[in-house]
Amino acid sequence: MGNEKSFWGKFKTFSIYAGPSTFAFLTVMIIPFIYGVYLTFTSWDGLSEIHKFIGFENYIAVFKDTEFWTSLGFTGWYVLATVIITNAIAFLLAYVLTTGMKGQNIYRAGFFTPNLIGGIILGFIWKFVFSNILVYIGENFNLPFFETSWLADPKKAFWTLVIVAVWQYSGYMMIIYVAGFMNVPKDILEAASIDGANGFKKMKSIILPMMIPSFTVCLFLSLQRGFMAYEVNLALTGGGPYKTTELISMHVYNKAFLSQQYGVGQAEALILFIIVATVTLIQVSITKKMEVEA
Amino acid sequence: MKKQKLIANIIKTIVVCGLLVLYIVPFIFVVVNSFKESKDVTANPLALPANFSFDNYVEAFKVMNYSNAFMNTLIITLVSVAIIIICASMTAYIMVRKKWKITKYLFFIMVISMIIPFQAIMIPLVKIYGSIGMLNSKWALMYMYLGFGVSLAVFMYHGFIKSIPMELEEAAMIDGATRFQTFWKIVFPLMKPTTMTIVTLDVLWIWNDFLLPSLVLVSSDERTLQLSTYYFSGTYSVNYGLSMAGLMLSILPVLIIYLFLQKGIIGGVLQGSIK
Repeated sequence: MGNEKSFWGKFKTFSIYAGPSTFAFLTVMIIPFIYGVYLTFTSWDGLSEIHKFIGFENYIAVFKDTEFWTSLGFTGWYVLATVIITNAIAFLLAYVLTTGMKGQNIYRAGFFTPNLIGGIILGFIWKFVFSNILVYIGENFNLPFFETSWLADPKKAFWTLVIVAVWQYSGYMMIIYVAGFMNVPKDILEAASIDGANGFKKMKSIILPMMIPSFTVCLFLSLQRGFMAYEVNLALTGGGPYKTTELISMHVYNKAFLSQQYGVGQAEALILFIIVATVTLIQVSITKKMEVEA
Repeated sequence: MKKQKLIANIIKTIVVCGLLVLYIVPFIFVVVNSFKESKDVTANPLALPANFSFDNYVEAFKVMNYSNAFMNTLIITLVSVAIIIICASMTAYIMVRKKWKITKYLFFIMVISMIIPFQAIMIPLVKIYGSIGMLNSKWALMYMYLGFGVSLAVFMYHGFIKSIPMELEEAAMIDGATRFQTFWKIVFPLMKPTTMTIVTLDVLWIWNDFLLPSLVLVSSDERTLQLSTYYFSGTYSVNYGLSMAGLMLSILPVLIIYLFLQKGIIGGVLQGSIK
């Protein structure tokens, strides 16, 4: 292994074991990230070689970009709805599927299935369901609620995105909650039963507090995925009708790669990063504090 | 009391079964309509196909350039995951066993970097790799997957290697093994559970990834399944039967693997999320 006391000895060992990872990590994650921060202060349009330093102009442009704020607000509602509904359904499913039902493994596998498939494909599947199947049902069974495609109405299109996200992720979160339920010590539950605690009381005083670590993970994952959602948005609504369902990721993508406003787009991406990091860090620190020892 | 329990069980089963049907039914719509002609789909999307014909599949297979896209996806996924496993396990090993300043800092930066979303990097990434002519190649894409995937993998291996006793390695070294041999023959096999978890998570991620390949792979020969499905369904969105067959073709490989490995996949996801 050579002499690891000297700088070169250390350097050699380090390069052999960690060299490729470190190089790839730095060149793919860190340098682009830092370069991205620099780009937000320049007037780069994607084509010219010239980067003029323009200070905070891109950020001022972001504050004036009403579409960005509309999209951000829309994303906020989307995240709120998906996080609450996904976790509620996932928690209930996990609860029922750990009570020793017959065939519970088959159910778990079934609910997990959407997670195996890419968002683009899921989006197209649901586009067909919303614009063909449901419209057909609406027309033939006299259900005016379904007669026009949900994708053509901004309010309903919002809910299509929420429905697909819930459908997609609740199986994943369910798996994590199942593990949480299985980690609740049986002897504590038995002791509580003997002391006369009913199901509701046990849920409130034992199961929920013991499950906080699962909530930490699930809330974190669903928040992050909610803010980053792109593929389903692209395939299902494409941002329409009239850009009313453009989630923030799509907005950033379009700003940079379609409108060629790279500097502004990158500034928006960074603001998005700061928002997501802040929200998830707050969430993790709150739920971590609530954790208890068995 | 017993009767109450029975009723509760029946209600539970009905609710869960009903939900499961709701979860699965979109796939069934796709399967049923993939065998129909477009005009039959428009006439009644709920009806069973009049006659089972695989015409849509044959057509979709050709138009999507399916075999090419499938091979691209397979190569990209397998090679990327293999590189991530090899590089990350070695990196985590040296990080745990050598408490140097650089290994500590690197680990810290890797953990912190995991909260950076891809969207915050994609614009400069395209700019940098475009300007050095590294876009539009599978190999560049695999390299990027290494860069994006290595942090999580290092983090998971790091946690596991800490629990492996040093004595084991020392014994091997006394017997004359080099550190490199000790790592691959003693340590790496011990980490199999972690490796399986990382493989599961990364295969699901890379196989289904859309945004990064859509930015990197420009020419149509290089497209992955997700990309060719996107362009295909975008172009043939009105030809419903054909487009459903295309969707089925891209779902099938994953479903077949899932049928055999569902326990491992769910276990992998579970292990991965707890850490």
